[in-house]
Amino acid sequence: MANTATHDHAHDAHDHKPQGLKRWLYATNHKDIGTMYLVFACVLFFLGGAMALVIRLELFQPGLQFVDPGFFNSMTTMHALLMIFGAVMPAWTGLANWMVPMQVGAPDMALPRLNNFSFWLLPFAFTLLLLTLFVPGGAPAGGWTLYPPLSLQAGDSFPLTIFAIHLMGISSILGAINVVVTIMNMRAPGMGLLNMPLFCWTWLITAYLLIAVMPVLAGAVTMLLTDHFFGTAFFTAAGGGDPVMFQHIFWFFGHPEVYILILPAFGVVSEIIPTFSRKPLFGYESMVYATASIAFLSFIVWAHHMFTVGMPLAGQLFFMLSTMLIAVPTGVKVFNWCATMWKGSISFETPMLFALAFLFLFTLGGFSGLMLAIVPADFQYHDSYFVVAHFHYVLVPGAVFAIMAGVYYWLPKWSGKMYDERIGKLHFWLSTIGVNVLFFPQHFLGLAGMPRRIPDYSTQFADWNMVSSIGAFIFGFSQLLFVYVVWSAVRKGAPAPQRPWEGAHGLEWELPTPAPYHSWETPPSREVVTKGVMH
Amino acid sequence: MANAHATDHPADKYYVPHESPWPIYGSATLFVFMIGLCGWLNEWYGPWIFAIGTLMLIGLFVGWFAVVINEHQKGMYNMQVDRSFRMGMLWFIFSEVMFFAAFFGALFYARQLSVPWAGGEGVKIFNSLLLWKDYSAGWPTNGPMALGPRDDGSFETIPAFGLPAINTAILLLSGVTLTIAHHAIKEGNRRILNIFLGVTILLGFIFVGVQSWEYIHAYRDLGLQLSTGIYGSTFFMLTGFHGLHVTLGAIMLLVVWFRTMKGHFTPQRHFGFEAVAWYWHFVDVVWLGLFVFVYWV
Repeated sequence: MANTATHDHAHDAHDHKPQGLKRWLYATNHKDIGTMYLVFACVLFFLGGAMALVIRLELFQPGLQFVDPGFFNSMTTMHALLMIFGAVMPAWTGLANWMVPMQVGAPDMALPRLNNFSFWLLPFAFTLLLLTLFVPGGAPAGGWTLYPPLSLQAGDSFPLTIFAIHLMGISSILGAINVVVTIMNMRAPGMGLLNMPLFCWTWLITAYLLIAVMPVLAGAVTMLLTDHFFGTAFFTAAGGGDPVMFQHIFWFFGHPEVYILILPAFGVVSEIIPTFSRKPLFGYESMVYATASIAFLSFIVWAHHMFTVGMPLAGQLFFMLSTMLIAVPTGVKVFNWCATMWKGSISFETPMLFALAFLFLFTLGGFSGLMLAIVPADFQYHDSYFVVAHFHYVLVPGAVFAIMAGVYYWLPKWSGKMYDERIGKLHFWLSTIGVNVLFFPQHFLGLAGMPRRIPDYSTQFADWNMVSSIGAFIFGFSQLLFVYVVWSAVRKGAPAPQRPWEGAHGLEWELPTPAPYHSWETPPSREVVTKGVMH
Repeated sequence: MANAHATDHPADKYYVPHESPWPIYGSATLFVFMIGLCGWLNEWYGPWIFAIGTLMLIGLFVGWFAVVINEHQKGMYNMQVDRSFRMGMLWFIFSEVMFFAAFFGALFYARQLSVPWAGGEGVKIFNSLLLWKDYSAGWPTNGPMALGPRDDGSFETIPAFGLPAINTAILLLSGVTLTIAHHAIKEGNRRILNIFLGVTILLGFIFVGVQSWEYIHAYRDLGLQLSTGIYGSTFFMLTGFHGLHVTLGAIMLLVVWFRTMKGHFTPQRHFGFEAVAWYWHFVDVVWLGLFVFVYWV
């Protein structure tokens, strides 16, 4: 441990942090910025969650009880925008900020000021978006997909929504550029690309997707803006345009976007399962290639979101088959995770529990995705609650569980304190039970024909809606436990050892605990790199 | 905190800057800029907040870049930092490529799919039988309802082999002069560098001037406006965003020109120059796509 010791010494001398508010406003440190990202994501997670509870409250019984339909539609729209762009994406960027420099052996992110710019754009972007709740006409209510002509009929919220999306896009692109450059340029000597932890790999590929598709979204919403204010006819058939064109451009962004939300989750799970199975990851290289294949396929499957809009038969066949092809690399991943656990010495700490729930429940969401990929079946399922169940399974017990798994897993390294395993497990069980009570019945509702984005419904859907709403409140309120666990760990947790998980590998565990303010001011020696690398 | 102190920053260390006010100032700037634009478009108030945002934006670029240029001149960036900047710029240009791809996508979709469908092609035959009986789909078009400023719905287009061809030549020539300047900076020939960089900027602004003249002509005489159906939409959005990028690129070249005249850059280290040169070649290539698909075929 000679190297760590020298680092320790070096860090003792260097570890004074900037003080006060400036530390956060003017931050250039990857850990400070990562913390801000994570706190921001958490706040928006609760805000978006509150909106989801408004939705579930209204749907608790048939009939209109609590909110008017216009506001209900605003809630579905805002819930999606907040959760996607405000909660999950910033949480991933926060984790990347914390972990990528530590994992590749870098002192910080490659472009620290740009990093802070990426973060601070977000509070301003969401201020713009949330302002729409208070303008004439109310918040956007045409769905997060912003399909014209409906979205063009919004009131004063319209330009606010568009520019908020522009700001979020700029933030994501700059953040992604930072991750790519850090990984490509800042790796310690001896840390080859195929030595990197999978979290870095999946984030590298995610960043590539972000840089490729966020500008396309910017273009799409710009066309909406000019159609609304400047008389262009991109989405007006009378002028030779086509509303369906928006759907194509939007989903060319939208499908890679859903992999942007989930690929880093694959990375986190690929770190946690080997640790708690006390075995190296099975099929490391195939994991990398599978991630890259999924990213490639994400560009050629977009029209499966719009099978019912009308497209040539050849188009339907192509998009159906290319979509199903995604099951192959995803299957490789699921197989590898299972094979990693095979004959492992498994223990079930909270991060592992969340990772396992991810493995089961994400796969379930993947299966319903396969069902939706089948064109004739999709004609039935389209725009029904089945779709809602599908994407919530991949996003909540998928992406969100993986984020929580990652926080539990790395929190001891970040804060130097252990969280309360008992409450962590309680949080896990309440979340997992809640999320299934919440979303599983929505499969039945959808198959029975209940449409999505509707504030009222026919009485035959009443039972499962009530169950789903009960699950929603269990899930929603149990997330307060998560905040409590993290807060109490940071405040008064037991000190964590340097390597709190005995099976953990990777350069981040070679750093002292809590991780020093500047991660690897001196690059780790080849010896340390080799020790930290499991492949 | 050796690598956070500008003065005693060792050359072999990766430079991690001090706390900086510019990022949050920049975010606030964009917020003011955009809320100004929103209020203006919604007619809540005049363009004043937008104007303030624009001024703040200029302040942002001047202030932030001044810091970076200063740090560069002090030699605080080692080759690894330089590589970070290059990679960052390349990926930024890639994101710009994808932004233009969205608008090219719209153009191709309209020309290949939505316009023929509006004319009743294939299974969309009822469009021509019932909905728009007299519409003969072709390109250029302002759609079955002939949207646009003129009462009779007519409009004219700008022929490719007039001003656009001349503009193509101007922009390609500027790419050549810039490359000559690039070779000169590598050979340390400052005189050639300054002359050819100046010529490049001149050509850039001539291009923007010609383009503006063409816009005025289109708006005034040809009935070709943003609102002239899908042709006007794609024409002005594609050439407009391109023109904006050329203008920005020319301003960036101007800044680099002032720097070369002050003696900045060395034959080995000239990231600022190189980044702008890449950007310029990128807008060049976009123009070639525009010339072929918007003006010519």
